[in-house]
Amino acid sequence: MKLITAIVKPHRLDEIKEALQAFGVHGLTVTEASGYGRQRGHTEVYRGAEYTVDLVPKIRIEVLVEDDDAEQLIDVVVKAARTGKIGDGKVWSVPVETAVRVRTGERGPDAL
Amino acid sequence: MPPGILTLAAEEAPTLSAANTGFMLICSALVMLMTPGLAFFYGGMVRVKSTLNMLMMSFVSLGIVTVLWVLYGFSIAFGSDIGSVVGWSSEYVGLSGIGRDQLWDGYTIPVYVFAVFQLMFAVITPALISGALADRVKFGAWVLFITLWATLVYFPVAHWVWGSGGWLFEMGVIDFAGGTAVHINAGAAALGVILVIGKRVGFKKDPMRPHSLPLVMLGAGLLWFGWFGFNAGSWLGNDDGVGAVMFVNTQVATAAALLAWLAYEKVRHGACTTLGAASGAVAGLVAITPSGGSCSPLGALAIGAVAGLLCAMAVGLKYRFGYDDSLDVVGVHLVGGVVGSVLVGFFATGGVQSEARGLFYGGGAEQLVKQVTGVVAVLAYSFVVSAVLALVIHRTIGMRVTEDDEVAGIDQGEHAETAYDFSGAGGGTAPRRSVPATGDTAAAAQYTRKVDA
Repeated sequence: MKLITAIVKPHRLDEIKEALQAFGVHGLTVTEASGYGRQRGHTEVYRGAEYTVDLVPKIRIEVLVEDDDAEQLIDVVVKAARTGKIGDGKVWSVPVETAVRVRTGERGPDAL
Repeated sequence: MPPGILTLAAEEAPTLSAANTGFMLICSALVMLMTPGLAFFYGGMVRVKSTLNMLMMSFVSLGIVTVLWVLYGFSIAFGSDIGSVVGWSSEYVGLSGIGRDQLWDGYTIPVYVFAVFQLMFAVITPALISGALADRVKFGAWVLFITLWATLVYFPVAHWVWGSGGWLFEMGVIDFAGGTAVHINAGAAALGVILVIGKRVGFKKDPMRPHSLPLVMLGAGLLWFGWFGFNAGSWLGNDDGVGAVMFVNTQVATAAALLAWLAYEKVRHGACTTLGAASGAVAGLVAITPSGGSCSPLGALAIGAVAGLLCAMAVGLKYRFGYDDSLDVVGVHLVGGVVGSVLVGFFATGGVQSEARGLFYGGGAEQLVKQVTGVVAVLAYSFVVSAVLALVIHRTIGMRVTEDDEVAGIDQGEHAETAYDFSGAGGGTAPRRSVPATGDTAAAAQYTRKVDA
């Protein structure tokens, strides 16, 4: 199994959800996140005092998938998340040892 | 209260006017609303962890100053003159010797109405100071400071400026609704105190941006609304339209200052900000307060624009000079008050509140000299006495919270509360005494790791 994590722009969430559903993903977890990449953040001004805001709002999407689907699913997420502008985010995958469905106790791919 | 050069009904003894009395009761209530308005204006500008303290520093003034006013404040400010410096009338002590229908001398409203209208001015003035002290002053020390400051600074200065026999009043200094007595007074005091107590931890290093600009806008809106009572009510009636002129001028100057501040920001920083709009409005309100009773609406436009521009420039001074006026009480109230008070010497038309004319209306420099005298006198007195009071409190009970409390948040340290609960899942808080914990130890035991069994 693989855990796909995507840190993306918040307004792309709906697009990505729809793409994942079309792909056949049954569940996902979404977390509000903040951070920056190479472009850093933006500047705000309060009575002439400038503040650099490094951390900009992002959405973190996590999906558990079977190994065979991982590469293809990454492509689906990337396609749905892309705007072509700075700050589109990152997607990565890591191997997962175990997954358990809490209700039934099923383990491994059956739990997905 | 206004320098009574054109006082009402000079020939015959005035009688109680129901219209003026009703008008003034409403104006008093409007001015009262300015203090909670100010609390929100300031409260939104501080960081999340200091919100309640900022609200409380204003709100407590409603309690303290009201009590002082009844006990002796009204008597010191508006009692019979003693040496042109303070007043005293024993029947005003405890407001005990005032008849229900006894009129304020020369006017058509009861003494009680005058007393309560003036009370609201006395309440908001010390509250104005608190914006400079955000995040770092012990609440107990602030309570003591307000008590002493109102007694030794506000009540006497109100007598100088508005009391019959007060030396600035007799000189002919025009302060329609409180440019010197309220704004310069509070601004100079703020400067005096912050030079004693020092900067916030992290000043110029940590980000200290406002936590809620919507609250700032709400506060500014309430201030603007209440200010109509503050200004239009200051003629103590509206038989001759002076209050109406003041109402118009208040609106005009505030609008001009708002736009001037935004224009300055756009040129200087590239964006028109919400905080700039709110600040500009307040700067305009401050500046028109002393001057609006003597100028024309076009004059008010100019006064507002000048105040908006100069105050927008002035708020940056704290970074250059390194003093930490947290929420720019000096930059907005002191500078705005000076602008408005001095500009009376230029823009007084001689046709509204008094016959005194400014430089632009053929009056020469006479009124200007009077205005500058009033500004310098109140500024110097308030600055020195406030600094000394702060020093005495600082050296005795201590003016500042501990550095730990300041970093963790003055709300928790001083008030045992926090303004917002941001945590999900109930915030992890549990009632400490009211409900005993119903821990089910038998149920919990099954989760114990097997190695422990």
